[in-house]
Amino acid sequence: MTDDLEPTGASEGTVAHEPIGDPGLPEHQWRPTDVDADLERRAERQVSTLFGLGALLFLGFCVAYFTVDADQTFLGWNGQNFALGATFGGGLLLIGVGIIQWAKKLMGDHEIVEERHPSASSDEDRTAVMIDVNAGLNESGIARRPMIRNSLLLSLGALGLPVIVALRDLGPLPHDQRRTVWKKGMRVVNDVSGTPIKPEQLQVGQLVNAEPAILFEEDADGERVLHGTEALQVKSKAAVIVVRMRPEDITPSKGRENWGVDGILCYSKICTHVGCPISLWEQQTHHLLCPCHQSTFDLADNGKVIFGPAHRPLPQLPLGVDSEGYLIAMSDFPEIVAPSYPELARDQKKLDKNS
Amino acid sequence: MRKLSTRRRHPLAGLVVLLLGLVVAGGLYAAFAPRAATAEEASARDVEAGRQLFLIGCASCHGKNAEGITTKSGGNYGPSLIGVGAAAVDFQVGTGRMPMANAGPQAPRKDPEYTAEETKQLAAYVASLAPGPSVPESEYTDYKAATTEEIREGGEFFRTNCTACHNSVGAGGALPNGRYAPSLKGVSAKHIYEAMLTGPQQMPLFSDEVITPEDKRNVIAYIKSVQDQPTPGIAGGSVGPVSEGMFTFLIGMGGLVGVAVWIGAHGARVKKRSS
Amino acid sequence: MTTEYTDIEKTPVGKKMAGPVEWLDDRLGLAGAGKKLMPVRKVFPEHWSFMLGEIALWSFIVLLATGVYLTFWFQPSMAETVYNGPYKPLNGLEMSQAYSSTLDISFGVRGGLLMRQVHHWAAMLFVAAMVVHMLRVFFTGAYRKPREVNWLIGLGLLTLGLVEGFAGYSLPDDLLSGTGLRFVDGLIRSIPLVGSYLEFFIFGGEFPGNEIIPRLYMAHILLIPALLLGLIGAHMLLLVYQKHTQWPGPGRTEKNVVGYPLLPVYAAKAGGFFFVVFGFTALMGAMIQINPIWAYGPYNPSEVTAGSQPDWYMGFVEGAVRVMPNWELTFLNYTWSLNVFIPGVLLMGVLFTALGAWPFVESWITGDKREHHLLERPRNAPVRTAFGVAGMTMYAVFWIGGGNDIIATKFHLSLNAITWFVRIGWIVLPVIAFIVTKRICIGLQRADANRILHGYETGIIERTPDGSYSERHAPLPVANQFVLTSHDRLPVLEAPAEEDANGVAAPGSRGARLRAKARSFYYDGAVDKPTTHDVEHAAEHLGDHDGHPVPLGEDFQGVSETGIPRSHL
Repeated sequence: MTDDLEPTGASEGTVAHEPIGDPGLPEHQWRPTDVDADLERRAERQVSTLFGLGALLFLGFCVAYFTVDADQTFLGWNGQNFALGATFGGGLLLIGVGIIQWAKKLMGDHEIVEERHPSASSDEDRTAVMIDVNAGLNESGIARRPMIRNSLLLSLGALGLPVIVALRDLGPLPHDQRRTVWKKGMRVVNDVSGTPIKPEQLQVGQLVNAEPAILFEEDADGERVLHGTEALQVKSKAAVIVVRMRPEDITPSKGRENWGVDGILCYSKICTHVGCPISLWEQQTHHLLCPCHQSTFDLADNGKVIFGPAHRPLPQLPLGVDSEGYLIAMSDFPEIVAPSYPELARDQKKLDKNS
Repeated sequence: MRKLSTRRRHPLAGLVVLLLGLVVAGGLYAAFAPRAATAEEASARDVEAGRQLFLIGCASCHGKNAEGITTKSGGNYGPSLIGVGAAAVDFQVGTGRMPMANAGPQAPRKDPEYTAEETKQLAAYVASLAPGPSVPESEYTDYKAATTEEIREGGEFFRTNCTACHNSVGAGGALPNGRYAPSLKGVSAKHIYEAMLTGPQQMPLFSDEVITPEDKRNVIAYIKSVQDQPTPGIAGGSVGPVSEGMFTFLIGMGGLVGVAVWIGAHGARVKKRSS
Repeated sequence: MTTEYTDIEKTPVGKKMAGPVEWLDDRLGLAGAGKKLMPVRKVFPEHWSFMLGEIALWSFIVLLATGVYLTFWFQPSMAETVYNGPYKPLNGLEMSQAYSSTLDISFGVRGGLLMRQVHHWAAMLFVAAMVVHMLRVFFTGAYRKPREVNWLIGLGLLTLGLVEGFAGYSLPDDLLSGTGLRFVDGLIRSIPLVGSYLEFFIFGGEFPGNEIIPRLYMAHILLIPALLLGLIGAHMLLLVYQKHTQWPGPGRTEKNVVGYPLLPVYAAKAGGFFFVVFGFTALMGAMIQINPIWAYGPYNPSEVTAGSQPDWYMGFVEGAVRVMPNWELTFLNYTWSLNVFIPGVLLMGVLFTALGAWPFVESWITGDKREHHLLERPRNAPVRTAFGVAGMTMYAVFWIGGGNDIIATKFHLSLNAITWFVRIGWIVLPVIAFIVTKRICIGLQRADANRILHGYETGIIERTPDGSYSERHAPLPVANQFVLTSHDRLPVLEAPAEEDANGVAAPGSRGARLRAKARSFYYDGAVDKPTTHDVEHAAEHLGDHDGHPVPLGEDFQGVSETGIPRSHL
């Protein structure tokens, strides 16, 4: 481009056009500590005192380490944390302030001018290096032997394949994203205690944070069948909330009329946005709010999204009652729970076909 | 014992056992079931005093007989209090939420308008209208009696059922349209219990059948024990990354930039060096 | 140049050093290397704003030191264990070893809690200082040639810093960090076409799996710190090679650098600042609580706490995710979660691409291919400054979105109202900020020109014989005038030639036209500095004006150019 502002040697020429000429570095001015020996000694004492206090604080740290117990408090704070931090941090701060004060008051104070050089290499350097590079390249013959060059490039490119392929076992291929552990007949149990729930135990306006009964099943030795991360994986898809509303407030969509039991409905607890567990249920408005990104669902209206970034309604779990009168699931979720993923639309079609 | 064993085949033995079973079950039920506060239990004097207080302070919104007042659009001006029980009254009036000072998204906690005695009388009156949850027994609000294991279990219930709205140290949180889950700091064990039991305002209720009275006591014990933990320094009003980010900039960057300004500052100068 | 020196045996650092120093120099050629790479008297200009990057550097050192300490106890494992330790409310609870060992560090190791808090505060400050440093570089135009590469390296450092911080936030496996991981799981899933595969590979199966914490640990303590160290080294080397920029001032030119030598003053000040930063973060760790993981409890996918937020530097992404409309569509039989992908993944990509491209875009617009070592005052580049402030405004609006629940509870506002404010504000407020900032810059440029031509106000009121009052103006000291005028003159804007001499459309004329438009936008409204002619004739021009500068004698007792009465100087 012709109108680029190129670097020119004429910048000296432009100086003449500057309205104000450079007055040059101002005359050096002395600090009080440079001219007054008393002040100088005072500054010296000051800096030494800072260093000395620092040393004392570090000693104090050691004393506090062995004398201040974890349960001691200070201003209602954790006393040990405060004692250790205050001595350690205080000591460091004093050293730092001391060094800086030393530099400011006592070290040399004359500003120095250093010339800059252009960042680019000099022409001689460029020429010399290029001569060497050319010589080297010529000796390698890389330009004359395209077959070698191209095959090398080919093999180096192919090296990328094993690098990528070797990462394959980082994890299994996606599977079972559309399914949870819920199935017909599985009891809906209270989270934490694992007790099954009867409809008559719920009052209008009640919320139960619940889980599938399988999470609390125990084997012959009294050990949980599912535990550790396996249990977390199950929970991260199968956690539910059970709420009871007045039946007349509920407007079930077609096909969902019998999914509840006397106004008791069960929804996935996992937000369809990015998967936070949601249980902020307003019993009077029947709205359910996600505390992470504020998606709001209307549980009286089939879990419809009424605010926020979530797109899909909250999946509902069809409820029934077993022979002993406890709440059970009538099937797995007919809709996919947890955040959306690329194959969701396809998986949903499969679910619809099976039902 | 012999006598008993010889008579166990008596034609009436089955009936006796059945009766015994029923009596034991009924007795156990009476002992453990939530006691519905009825008019017989509270003294009639309390009920009458409560009714007088109610007519003056509450009836304008809740109706003369506490049957509630509906607005023209069908909404609630003041909801019916029939069947809400003494626990709801004790919570609403005891925490100052009722009577409401002014209309708003929700009734805030404030200093109570009524004395403890008056609150009791109001509760007795409302409880006399229909059975409802009563004020909890002191054994379920005595959180100090909870063992370490019970506190831990209470913590699990708390994190599962409560923290989503009330925050993990009970600092409170936001709900839609200006409503909020209030802070649990400084709330008495009785009021926390009553809130769980009755589900005030938008809060869902947690009945004693699902979250047992012992569970509730443990939840309270956990809240109190967490709030009693000494914090390692200023906790910033609430716990969380928002206040931490604020401290990062206000105190951290503010302080260190201040030091940088001090380092870069030219101190006092004098004109000449006196030699 | 003097060649006299004191032999090392006779220097104050000690006779004992002589042997080892000579031994080393015999083998390593330290003197030669030092002279070339890092002269001990290398000059650094002094200004507080040049120390912002240092805060980041020193926080990084603090992070390395405290981080090493924490690794002595931390167990990066998701294996199940039962906690039995001094923190009673969680006693007997099943949890991962990562969480239980973090509890042990907090309650079982004396000083462990302090180190955790210092580590976390230093991390917050590390990113904060990088951002503030970058803003300083941006607003002063310090990224211009020859420093574009260092700008890009700095951007790389910031990106890595965000990832590093997030990994650290996730390691303790508490409820908050697990909620953050769940969020990231949702982000990964939302990546079109390959989301599910990435999720299963990264987490080693379905969320949360067994692998994510060991993997993040490796990244957090090895991979990313190594990359950070390398990039920091390159950042510093380039700084030394190119020498620091400096503010314009008397005696300071594009061809020199004026300041204090590395040894002793700069080394002392920088070294002292390290101790200050370490001490400061330690005091913060002693007195301000951060990330109380014991209060959150162990991670459980069916639990969450109100007020779940990422650390501040991810707050803008969080805000964008919160206020995004709920768009999701099905296309080509795939689900496209735009509601998550756009704000969660794309936004950061766009932000960092824009930041990386800016030096090159600006240089293309201005056509400036010269080296710059003198900084530009923000007012003298009004459009750049306005863009910067607009960007900061957008960032801040998203921040508000990220904290909307906390703001709603603390200020008794409606959550939904704040969300709508952000939905509209993120686009409207930056535009307003741009316009306002540009006007302020131009106003300041005018004020500068005015101070050169009219001098400064002395506070002395004169009454003329006919009774009118005026304030006496005095000329600014030459040094101040020089500072105000040492920047580029505005270029003369010309429309690009559409056709060459033969009437043929000029090659690339479309690009040239675009560039001409961009250039006229870039310089639109900016006020040029006075010309030599203006200055020389200021007095004549303003002869009748009551504000012309009058030189004042030594005994003048009004205010100085800084507004302080002379008698107090």
